[in-house]
Amino acid sequence: MNFTSARLYKPLIFALCLLPLAQLAWGLFSGALQPNPVEALLHGTGDWALRLLLVTLAVTPLKRLTGWRRPMLWRRMLGLFSFFYAALHFTIWLVLDRELLWSEILVDLTKRPYIVVGFSAFLILCALAATSNAWSMRRLGQGWKRLHRLAYLAALLGVLHYWWLVKADVREPLIYLGVFLVLMVLRLPART
Amino acid sequence: MSKLSKNRVSPSEITDEKVWNRRRQIIGAGGLAAGAGLLGGAAMIARALSDSPERQEKERNPVFRPVSSPGKLEPTPYRYITSYNNFYELGVGKRAPAENAHYLKTRPWTVTVSGECEKPGTLDIDELLRRFGQEERIYRFRCVEAWAMVVPWQGFSLAELLRHFQPTSRAKYVEFETLYDPQRMPGQKRRLIDWPYREGLRIDEAMHPLAFIATGLYGRELPGQNGAPLRLVVPWKYGFKSIKSIVSIRFTEQMPVTTWNELQPDEYGFYANVNPDVPHPRWSQRRHRVLGKGIFSEKEPTLPFNGYAEEVAHLYDGMDLRKYF
Repeated sequence: MNFTSARLYKPLIFALCLLPLAQLAWGLFSGALQPNPVEALLHGTGDWALRLLLVTLAVTPLKRLTGWRRPMLWRRMLGLFSFFYAALHFTIWLVLDRELLWSEILVDLTKRPYIVVGFSAFLILCALAATSNAWSMRRLGQGWKRLHRLAYLAALLGVLHYWWLVKADVREPLIYLGVFLVLMVLRLPART
Repeated sequence: MSKLSKNRVSPSEITDEKVWNRRRQIIGAGGLAAGAGLLGGAAMIARALSDSPERQEKERNPVFRPVSSPGKLEPTPYRYITSYNNFYELGVGKRAPAENAHYLKTRPWTVTVSGECEKPGTLDIDELLRRFGQEERIYRFRCVEAWAMVVPWQGFSLAELLRHFQPTSRAKYVEFETLYDPQRMPGQKRRLIDWPYREGLRIDEAMHPLAFIATGLYGRELPGQNGAPLRLVVPWKYGFKSIKSIVSIRFTEQMPVTTWNELQPDEYGFYANVNPDVPHPRWSQRRHRVLGKGIFSEKEPTLPFNGYAEEVAHLYDGMDLRKYF
C-alpha cells in the first residue's frame, strides 16, 4: 500500500468526520444522552460544526508554518462536513426544539441575538457549501475566493452564537474564540 | 456522601426505586390506613410516636396539600434527577455535580437562623431532622432553562422551621445562603459566581405552605448534587430560587440580594415566578422539555406559577408580573 497516495487519506478523513455522528447516534440509542437528548444532540452537532470550520481555517496557517500542503486536498471535504453538522444542528433545533412552531421561530430568528448570529453563520455555510465545486469556481472566478473568505465571518459568528447562549460559564466559548484569533493572526502577512 | 452515624439509614434499608414506586400498594396490602395518601404510613406512625411540639402541632393541623395537582404526577426517574444538575459549586455542566458530590461532606452541618427574629440560633442538621420530621411532597420542578421534572421530595415545611425562630414584624424577607467551602465544593475555586450563592423570598412566600425544605429524595437521603443535606424547594418559581446546601437563614427588612439577579439583572429577577407570558430575554418560556423522554416527545406547555396558580397567585395580586419577574 502506498502511504503517500492521496487517495488513501481522503476516505480516512471522511470516516473520521463521521465519527462524531456515530458517537451521537450511539449515545442516543444507548440512552447515554439522557435525560435531555435533544439538548445533547444540539450541543454535539454545534460543537463539531464549529470545530470542523476552525480546522478548515487552520489549513493555510499550517501550510505556512510547516510547509505541509496535503490538508489543502481535504479542505473542501472538511468544510462540507462542517456544513453537514451545522445543517443537522439547525434541523434538530427547528424540528425537535422549536417543534416547527413558526411564529415562535420567527421571533427567535429575528429578535434573539444569539440565534440571529447563529442563523447568519448557517446561511453563509449554505452559500459556501453550494459553491464548493469546480463549476462554481469557474463561474465565479475571482469572486469565488472573496465569497469563501466569508468562512472567517461564519466562524466568528459561530463563536458569538455559543458565547451568547451560555448562562455563566464562558470558558468553552472563550477557548474557541482564542483558537479563532490565533488562526486569524497566523494569516497576517509575515514581517520582513 | 455523609459518614454513616447511628441515626443514618444504612444502604440495606434504602428502598429500591421500583419498590418505592409501588409502596402505596405494598402499604395498602399490609393493611395500614389507605388514607395515608401522600403521607407514608410509616412516617405517620413515627410522627405520632414523637413528642416534639412541632410534631404535635402537625397532628392537630394536617399539612396543606396542593389542590391543583392535575391527575397524578409521574415522578422523573431517580437516575435522571441525580445526574442532571445545575450546581456550579460542584462543577459546571450537568454531569459534574454528580461526579463531584463525594467532596461534599454533610456532617457536621449546622444552619444558623438570625436577623429579625425573637429566637435566633444555630441548629445541627440531625437536630433539625429529628425535630421537624419527614413528610413527602411530589412537586413539579421547572428550571429557567426550560426543562422540567417531577420530584418526590422528603422534608418539612419551611414555615414550620421559620415559626420556631419567631420572626418579628420587621421580618419582611427571608434570605438564604449556601455553604462556602472550596474544599467541600471544588467548583467554588473558580470565581464564576460571587460565592456564596444567595437567595431570598418575601416573608409571605416563605410562610406559604407550599414552600418546603427538602432533606430527602425518593425516600433516600438527599444526594450532594441535589443540594445535601438540606435545600429549599419553591415549586412555583424557577429552579434557581430553590437554593441548595443551606447554612444560613436570615430574616431581613430589606429585599435581599440574590445571586442570579446580581449576575444578570435583566434576565433573572427576585420573584422568578414561572410565567409563560414573560420570556427570558434569550428564549421563550412558553414550553419546557420534560427530562427523560425520547427525542420525538413533545415539550409541555408551561403553566403560570408552574401549575400552582390556585395556591399562590393571590400572593401577587396587583403586581405587574412583567415588571416584577
